[in-house]
This record gives sequence, C-alpha cells and structure tokens, in this order.
Amino acid sequence: MTKQEALFNYCLRLGDNSLILGHRLSEWSSKAPIIEEDLALTNMALDLIGRSVALLKYAAEAEGKGHSEDDLAYRRPERKFYNNLLVEQPNGDFAVTIVRQFFNSTFEFLLYEELTKSKDATIAGIAAKTIKEIKYHLRHATDWMLRLGDGTPESHLRVQNALNDLWMFSDELFEMNEVDEILIKEGIAVDLTTLKTNWEKRINEVILEATLIVPTSTFMQTGSRQGIHSEYLGYIIAEMQYLQRAYPDAKW
Amino acid sequence: MLTEKEIFDILSEIPDPEIPVITIKDLGILQRVEVTGNTCEIFITPTYSGCPAMKMIEDQIQEALAPYQITTIKVNLIYSPAWTTDWISDEAKEKLRIYGIAPPEHSSLDKGALTGKAKELKCPLCNSKNTEMISQFGSTACKALYRCKDCKEPFDYFKCI
Repeated sequence: MTKQEALFNYCLRLGDNSLILGHRLSEWSSKAPIIEEDLALTNMALDLIGRSVALLKYAAEAEGKGHSEDDLAYRRPERKFYNNLLVEQPNGDFAVTIVRQFFNSTFEFLLYEELTKSKDATIAGIAAKTIKEIKYHLRHATDWMLRLGDGTPESHLRVQNALNDLWMFSDELFEMNEVDEILIKEGIAVDLTTLKTNWEKRINEVILEATLIVPTSTFMQTGSRQGIHSEYLGYIIAEMQYLQRAYPDAKW
Repeated sequence: MLTEKEIFDILSEIPDPEIPVITIKDLGILQRVEVTGNTCEIFITPTYSGCPAMKMIEDQIQEALAPYQITTIKVNLIYSPAWTTDWISDEAKEKLRIYGIAPPEHSSLDKGALTGKAKELKCPLCNSKNTEMISQFGSTACKALYRCKDCKEPFDYFKCI
C-alpha cells in the first residue's frame, strides 16, 4: 500500500464516520422527543455532514481519479465504506441515540484534538475547525447521560440497556490496520491505542456520576476496517444513494 | 477587468442570508479575492462545517459579479484558519444586538462549552441580565436559544467558537 492509498483510505474512514452518523441523526428530524432536541440533533447532523464533505473531497484528491465528494458518497458500494459499526447502529429510543453520541463524541474529541497536530495541513485544518463543534456535541451527550441516568427509573433503565447493547462496538473505534501504520510513521494519523485509556477514563467518570454501571462484557464486534458491516449499513446506503443510482447525475 | 480590491468591495456589500443586517464581510466569511488573468478566485470560510447558507452565499457572489464580464469565477471554501466569532467586528456585534440577536460575549473559544458553566448574558431587547439558556442549539448552527426572565422574550445568542 502506498502512502497515497493509505491517505485515501484514512480520509474515507474519517469521512464515512461523519457521513453515516450525520445521516442517522438527520432521521430524528421532526421526530425528536422535544423541539429543542429536534434542533440539537439535526444541528449536529449538519456539522457532521459538512465535515464529511470536506473529508471526502480530500479523499477524492488523494485518490486522484477525478472523483468528487458526491461520487464517493453516492456511488460507492457498502463494502467500500469504512465507518465504525457504532455509528451505523439504528437510532433506537432516545437513550440509544444519546449513548451512541456519548461514545462517539468522546472518541472524536480525543481523536480530532490530536489530528489538529497532523503533519497533513488539510487534515489539521479540518480538525481545527471540527474540534470546536465536537465540544458542543460532547457536552450535549454528557448532559443527557447524566440527566437520563440519574433521572427516573424508566430513563435509568433505558440508558443502562443502551450502554449494555452498544458496548460491543466500542473496541472497534481503536482498531488499527496497515493504513494507520503507514500514516502514523508520516506523522499524519493518530495512534489510536494511545487514546483508549483516556476514552475509558472519561466514559467511566460520566457513567458513574450518572449512577449507571460500566458494562463488563468483553465480547467485541468489529469488521469495518475491512468494509464488513452490520446489517444496518446497507439500508442506510440504499436510502441515501437511491436518487443518484436511479437518476445518475440528477441535479435540482 | 476589475482589481482584487474592487471585487472585494463589491462582495463586501453582500448580506448574510440568515442575518441580513450584517454582511458576509462583517461576519468574517469573505476572506480574500485573487485575480489571475480573466479568472477570479474568491475564498470564503464557513462559520460551521455544515452551514447550509454557504451554497446561497456562493450563488450571491456569482450573481453580484455577473455584470462585470469575468470569464471564470471560482468560489473556494477554506477551512483553515478555522472561523471564529472573534472575526465579527464590534460594529457588526452592535448591529446583531439591535436586530435582536445577543452577540458573542467572550472572545475566542468558549471553554464553557465543555464544563457547562452558564454565562451571564444580556437580553438584546431589555438589557436585563436575568436570562437563561433554553437550548445549546438554536435556529441555526451558529446560535443558541435563550430566554429573558424579565421581559419574557426568547432570543437567539450567537455562540462563541
């Protein structure tokens, strides 16, 4: 694998994570429990989709085949998507969405803070922009973890169930392959193993303060680094790509 | 062909699509203009990564320059240096306040975004400091929603980033 191929794959991974989570959050539009949350979740969806535009555009540049960011979003098959399994999981009830946000925003906060120091100026620039937004996302998720966990017996139960259910997708966030190896040597990518301790520490603190229990299950589901996904991604892609597949190059 | 400064001055008049009382220059979205031969490149910075107004701003730029017979007009989005509320001029902040949007209070990055410390905000309508946040996320990505406990009016606050 060349450095350029690694950069292409790395930007796809970063871009796909924000594109797919952005799509998931946009599904809350007009359906959130209260109007403030409708605005919050869709505002964050916008941040994420905006970030994915920048990252997929850069991925297309690294690929060098004349593709646009839209080609990469709308014409790529499922097996060529590299987002973490966590972000493609269904919204579930509000507690599931919040736990997914909480795991992911804590991870992104640590990741993008490091990426601001990347030797790749474009990635560092996008990271500097996006870290400001991630801070808002993380605060939103943390507030809700505390409120739901330390809320009513019903909200406590639901957020604990969501923690237990999504826990098996947490290890994959830190999984690395050849792509990471090549780019870490170049000072472009972040060594994900160095983020894990800090992630666990932050997660544990909030979970305990929310009077919840940190899951202890050690079974972890992974696969996205090879483009192997859970059953849910195919449906997202079918919906997202429908128009461009049915009417190629359609514009309005 | 117009000079870079002339083009910049023309574009400086374009109002922000969401907050028409201030211009894209006041907000710090319009960065610079580069002219090479018959090609004009305009560099703009989004306030938030996903700001949906960027397409509209691009269209407004094309429209504003349409009468000047420039062969190629390219509008480029740049992310670095990242946009900050520090770029909003004091004069523009005052215009925001009169328009009913509380301008960003502190300079630079809002450290309270992580710790959740509430800050004291003045109601843009009655100047009371007796206000509270309703939601961190408001009518657009760049605003939060507050309410005044004295005059009872809700208002937007331009978030510091």
